[in-house]
Amino acid sequence: MAVNAERSANSELWQRDSRARHFRERAIKIVLAACAYASVLTTFGIVFVLIFETINFFREVSILDFLTSTKWTASFANPSFGIIVLASGTILTTLIAIAVALPVGLLAAIYLSEYASPRLRRWLKPALEILAGVPTIVYGYFALTFVTPLLQNAIPSLPIFNVLSAGLVMGVMIIPTIASVSEDAIYAVPRSLREGAYALGATRRETATRIVVPAALSGIVAATILGISRAVGETMIVAVAAGNLAQLCLSPSQSCQTMTAFIVQVASGDTPTGSLTYSTIFAVGSTLFLMTLVLNIVSYMFVRRFRETY
Amino acid sequence: MSEVSGERSGVGRDQGGQASTVPKTSALGMKIEDLSAYYGSFKAVTNVSLEIQPNRVTALIGPSGCGKSTFIRCLNRMHEVIPTAYAEGCVKLGDQDIYAKDTDPVTIRRRIGMVFQKPNPFSKSIYENVAWGARINGYKGDMDELVERSLKRAALWDEVKDKLKKSGLDLSGGQQQRLVIARTLAVEPEVILMDEPASALDPVSTQKIEDTMQELKERYTVVIVTHNMQQAARISDYTGFFYIENMGDPGRLWEFDETTKIFSSPSRKETEDYVTGRFG
Ligand SMILES: Nc1ncnc2c1ncn2[C@@H]1O[C@H](COP(=O)(O)OP(=O)(O)O)[C@@H](O)[C@H]1O
Ligand SMILES: [Mg+2]
Repeated sequence: MAVNAERSANSELWQRDSRARHFRERAIKIVLAACAYASVLTTFGIVFVLIFETINFFREVSILDFLTSTKWTASFANPSFGIIVLASGTILTTLIAIAVALPVGLLAAIYLSEYASPRLRRWLKPALEILAGVPTIVYGYFALTFVTPLLQNAIPSLPIFNVLSAGLVMGVMIIPTIASVSEDAIYAVPRSLREGAYALGATRRETATRIVVPAALSGIVAATILGISRAVGETMIVAVAAGNLAQLCLSPSQSCQTMTAFIVQVASGDTPTGSLTYSTIFAVGSTLFLMTLVLNIVSYMFVRRFRETY
Repeated sequence: MSEVSGERSGVGRDQGGQASTVPKTSALGMKIEDLSAYYGSFKAVTNVSLEIQPNRVTALIGPSGCGKSTFIRCLNRMHEVIPTAYAEGCVKLGDQDIYAKDTDPVTIRRRIGMVFQKPNPFSKSIYENVAWGARINGYKGDMDELVERSLKRAALWDEVKDKLKKSGLDLSGGQQQRLVIARTLAVEPEVILMDEPASALDPVSTQKIEDTMQELKERYTVVIVTHNMQQAARISDYTGFFYIENMGDPGRLWEFDETTKIFSSPSRKETEDYVTGRFG
């Protein structure tokens, strides 16, 4: 009885304004939804503009020329638009970058997950991720002013602006991405699997390379594809260090222009809206977009499979 | 004793070539003296001494948390795989001290295999799951034959012989566990340690594992941890009861004897309480 009396006596203390509460709940929900839709709408907007301008571009330039010509002479009086030229620059720099980043990144990931002490790992992993946050323009000048002179000592004929230097530094740039994402995948391999291997008389190396890494393979592939799409989309390093020379890129020791570097070059000049050069940006941009989209879909499929395995 | 291990297998990176690949049926026993196990500064098991008879099934029972898993992992040096974990005391396989300074744990684990509570097949084909351990241990004989023989001994052959290329992960839990047993048998160990191998399985699969175990002791020495008293009574020849008297103490081997003795007339009260189900 005493308890009841106490409760009813205090009931006036509990006066929540339910109308104001409903209003606040509604308002919060609307703000959150607005943010979510805004980001989706922006993406659609970008894609829409990209498609629209690309269509404009192909009104004036034949798709056949775009896909098959081996000349990119966008600013000439009688221009030719062979996307292969720019694509070759992108592909070669990316290949060099992956050739550097995949082995180094993967070995770093194996070391971090399988060999490093838990304390060391706690330090190294965040440090690696900070490295991924260095602005790419810094890498660009690092390539131009440090790596290129170094390479020129070994290869005297190397021009100042060259694909090799840009590709190598780009590789260094994506090492943290590949290392960090593969490390997550490798670390996620269940402990019981490692113990199963040890119990058969496997050494640590055999366990790491032949049981753990294969079990994490889809995650490692996803990491690699993520690294590739970063390399494909990378702009500043190539714009600064690779030379912006639109020629078919067949050797690492030449200058060349990638798709991204071309876009930067045109966009930073004063190109009138609606001109052919202007819509060229969007055609190249669409190509780039398609390439990374395909990579991302492939990577997504691999990650899904990876999740299903364990 | 040493020629026994030489004769029983064609596997081995620590041994030279063998003339005979026909497995001999007698295995080695183990002798444990004054074994204590730690996780960092925490002592989980203290002063265990017992002898594990060759070609017999020895069961370890006791309430959970009293150090059965810790103890059994000390028997093939798996305990020290956990960071900061270590063991003190002496464990012998035949005449060999497996904790001696010059003993490589990697060669010990090949000779003393282990099956875990949760089936842990590799994400490889059924065939590769069985062949992998033999391959890394330098097996030079007929691999197909070894895989078939191991799967047969683990009573899995008939169920998988038509799908050896399929992933080991596609099998049911019970089949996975028998695959893990086959994988362990393929490296021709002396001793097989099993830590609650059937506790994650349904009754039918459990029955199959138990049947397998009866055949295993013809060739191997078997040590099994189980929380299932009927199982221990059914399959084992010797039983060890682990117990912690006061909260916070390390686990001890409370009583060790022939299984019939432990289940009919144990000499300590706690053992009797436990096997009759009065606690635990
Ligand atoms: N990896 C570990 N780190 C620290 N302590 C552990 C670890 N594994 C087990 N222990 C402790 O050791 C004791 C014995 O555990 P365990 O050997 O798993 O017992 P059981 O198998 O008999 O249930 C328990 O107190 C448990 O908490
Ligand atoms: Mg246990």
